[in-house]
Amino acid sequence: MSENGVASRRGKVLTLDTMNPRIKRVEYAVRGPIVQRAVQIEKELKEGAKKPFTEVIKANIGDAHAMGQQPITFFRQVMALCAYPELLNSSQFPEDAKNRAKTILQSCGGGSIGAYSASQGIEYVRQDVARYIEKRDNGIPSNPDNIYLSTGASDAIVTTLKLLMCGEGMSRTGVMIPIPQYPLYSAALAELGAVQVDYYLNEERCWSLDVSELRRSLEAARKHCNPRVLCIINPGNPTGQVQSRECIEEVIRFAAQERLFLMADEVYQDNVYADGCQFHSFKKVLFEMGPQYSDTLELVSYHSTSKCYMGECGFRGGYMEVINMDAEVKAQLTKLVSVRLCPPVPGQVMMDLVANTPQPGDPSHSTFIKEKSATLNTLAERARLTEEILNTVPGIQCNPVQGAMYSFPRITIPERAVQKAKEKGQAPDMFYCMNLLEETGICVVPGSGFGQKEGTYHFRMTILPPTEKLKILLNKLKEFHLRFTQQYS
Amino acid sequence: MFSFREAWTVAPGGLCRTLHSVARRRPLRVPAMPVPAPLSLSFGRAPWWLSATRRSISCKMSENGVASRRGKVLTLDTMNPRIKRVEYAVRGPIVQRAVQIEKELKEGAKKPFTEVIKANIGDAHAMGQQPITFFRQVMALCAYPELLNSSQFPEDAKNRAKTILQSCGGGSIGAYSASQGIEYVRQDVARYIEKRDNGIPSNPDNIYLSTGASDAIVTTLKLLMCGEGMSRTGVMIPIPQYPLYSAALAELGAVQVDYYLNEERCWSLDVSELRRSLEAARKHCNPRVLCIINPGNPTGQVQSRECIEEVIRFAAQERLFLMADEVYQDNVYADGCQFHSFKKVLFEMGPQYSDTLELVSYHSTSKCYMGECGFRGGYMEVINMDAEVKAQLTKLVSVRLCPPVPGQVMMDLVANTPQPGDPSHSTFIKEKSATLNTLAERARLTEEILNTVPGIQCNPVQGAMYSFPRITIPERAVQKAKEKGQAPDMFYCMNLLEETGICVVPGSGFGQKEGTYHFRMTILPPTEKLKILLNKLKEFHLRFTQQYS
Repeated sequence: MSENGVASRRGKVLTLDTMNPRIKRVEYAVRGPIVQRAVQIEKELKEGAKKPFTEVIKANIGDAHAMGQQPITFFRQVMALCAYPELLNSSQFPEDAKNRAKTILQSCGGGSIGAYSASQGIEYVRQDVARYIEKRDNGIPSNPDNIYLSTGASDAIVTTLKLLMCGEGMSRTGVMIPIPQYPLYSAALAELGAVQVDYYLNEERCWSLDVSELRRSLEAARKHCNPRVLCIINPGNPTGQVQSRECIEEVIRFAAQERLFLMADEVYQDNVYADGCQFHSFKKVLFEMGPQYSDTLELVSYHSTSKCYMGECGFRGGYMEVINMDAEVKAQLTKLVSVRLCPPVPGQVMMDLVANTPQPGDPSHSTFIKEKSATLNTLAERARLTEEILNTVPGIQCNPVQGAMYSFPRITIPERAVQKAKEKGQAPDMFYCMNLLEETGICVVPGSGFGQKEGTYHFRMTILPPTEKLKILLNKLKEFHLRFTQQYS
Repeated sequence: MFSFREAWTVAPGGLCRTLHSVARRRPLRVPAMPVPAPLSLSFGRAPWWLSATRRSISCKMSENGVASRRGKVLTLDTMNPRIKRVEYAVRGPIVQRAVQIEKELKEGAKKPFTEVIKANIGDAHAMGQQPITFFRQVMALCAYPELLNSSQFPEDAKNRAKTILQSCGGGSIGAYSASQGIEYVRQDVARYIEKRDNGIPSNPDNIYLSTGASDAIVTTLKLLMCGEGMSRTGVMIPIPQYPLYSAALAELGAVQVDYYLNEERCWSLDVSELRRSLEAARKHCNPRVLCIINPGNPTGQVQSRECIEEVIRFAAQERLFLMADEVYQDNVYADGCQFHSFKKVLFEMGPQYSDTLELVSYHSTSKCYMGECGFRGGYMEVINMDAEVKAQLTKLVSVRLCPPVPGQVMMDLVANTPQPGDPSHSTFIKEKSATLNTLAERARLTEEILNTVPGIQCNPVQGAMYSFPRITIPERAVQKAKEKGQAPDMFYCMNLLEETGICVVPGSGFGQKEGTYHFRMTILPPTEKLKILLNKLKEFHLRFTQQYS
């Protein structure tokens, strides 16, 4: 009770009971309770606590540099030159890096990356991004006016979803997302009060997408909301599948027929490892299907600086390309992004570098190619290794990691462990992952955080740790699984 | 392929509309499509005269007749109605026109001026302000750690870069950080706040780094949204305000509760006005939040200590959650004015307030003497926030993974500047005070020159980066504006832009007392350019007044 008795008498203004109920429903497992516990354990280790391990391995998130991946030299040289243009006089930098930095600085207000940019992003960068897309898509034109730079892909995805929110009750916007999904989607939908409409990927067929399942899901949803949006993640997160061209065509036909707005999360577009798999952008397939589709279907595609071979997560760079968006809606989008002024300019610079890499003949070309392919080759090796080792464990089944950065193996959890988890009020795979963390220091995310078929259990782990460390991790995981299974059988 | 697209695109709206109705009644190809009820008539609802682009798009007809028969999935009629209500004048229609004029100039168009001066936004570097050397050196070292071996950098810059890199995952600013921000940076920010507030403790756990202050402000508001109808959260904001607030409230569906700053008393805040506003609001919503901008944007006033105390007492008494936007805390120019943080005053008022009042304070790398807007660095400090709510906040920010790490680095540098004895100290002090001195000079200059113009009244620019003068607009100009469907000060500013190339933002974008007109201009242009700008503005105003008298 304070002296004037005012505030204390009635407690806080903002409490769990009086806060935004939608925010309470938001969940984001990738940085959820298991990661909080991992951070705590790290502190305990630092303070000298005795554990059956000496370090925590955070395999919960696709954070390449944190796992020891080295940045691309050219990218960082240009970034340093942009940050401190005095270096343009230094002989320590190759000419192509200097020239690029000069061009970028010229496109910034006052020649400084400290100035705000246009809200849609620096025009020069958007031009480079458009050219990148054209090259990727065999020359299908891309208009810089359709490019919106963003604060990582997450920002662009949420912005698009915001536009699409409409109606109440039966007419509330429904958004179809894959299960398992990347939990940004469920979190954003909870926050925006949209109806989450699940469609299940087919684990038995390597997490493929069946249009019949899309149809089932859509028809079920139409009974209680207004499903208008279809989200696709390709290559898949957390599931690692790479969609075939035929499948993409079917999805496009389905979306056109059912009048769905298509969102294509393609941030892992360079992360394709499996033989016979190839990345096809939704945009390219859409335009190759002819004007009956490419003149009408509303599509937004997302990309980011955080994944692929560069893994520059901290810069929060990204873009979206909007196709066939209604002109008035686009004006509203431009207005909406202007409220936040602009995406971080260093992230925009990084996006430019990813879109416009050193070309043959440029001084930085050979180093760039060497660095890029070294990273992609080791990732391919780790993808194969992860699948191989996990599949030697009785009770773990792992689909091939065709792309992206994760393995999402299915685990058999003994009935007694399931019971034990229920007693503790935990999802069975959360119980499994917590035990794994406490016993081995390995931090992975339970499948329940991504969604999975009722009665099945999984976890997501990234394939990013250095190969030798990954082998140790996988073998520890194997031992743990056998021990856990025995303990609860 | 069946397509009249070419012909239809040029067709007058009426024809287009006719064809539409035909198509609707008798589709040309009839796939037996289930028609989801609520959406099917989207094009029918749009006024046909709205826009040519829209008509042509709506008239598109594809071979299978599916999408085109019913138009786009996402249209103005079927989009988020809250987003439609969002307005942000600082980058609104006037700035779009300014960008267009710049393009026209480039293409050789003849205008009564040779360049557009964008005085619409507080964008220091764009106006020629130079970055702080130490900040940029550390940034370059963090971006490309090879440079740690270079002799081109002072030791303190290298040491700082090393410390920062050690606090990043894998020693790289390319790694994600903790969602709340890098711990080392939050520690530096907490120490900065302690120093600023005469030693009042600050806990790094209460610091949340953010993507500019805007991000942190919107995040706080999100937490506070609750109820429907009469019980919907109301948020009190100053008028004039920085339009991020009105935009965020529109998007979140909160009730905007206006309180008016007192222009006659140098835009001061009167608690009696807060009370009037609150009581009026309680009749139709649940006002739970009070936002203060100090130093003021767009109004440039600096709140006195007494005034801050009164606001705190009022907020405690009325049980309001206090949001203190203090991003201009180093931008104080007027003699006798001083920045007092809400936190410092709160704690100096004793535990009866400091133990209970819920306060969030915001800061940013974009303003003050550094003006590093592009990095989108910022933080908020949360005081007395309920522990469970704080856990929800931490969860919420984790969804976006982390604020941009270069912005976090910049925030660290702003919080922890070179100290006496450090190799970079003297340069840093020189650069910082040079910038702040010129800003003070420009603030004075702007007030002085504007006040020489009959029909323009300008309060002293005590702080921040803007002047928000009141302008007299002749009745005939007001009429003319109404005919054009424009706010009178928008009409004024558009004329100013077309005739002089000067881009300022109409007062209507910030809110103002009914029947008064203003504009916001930044004081950032280089002094010589600013003089020219102000004199051009003066000439324009006289001409405009004469023309419409």
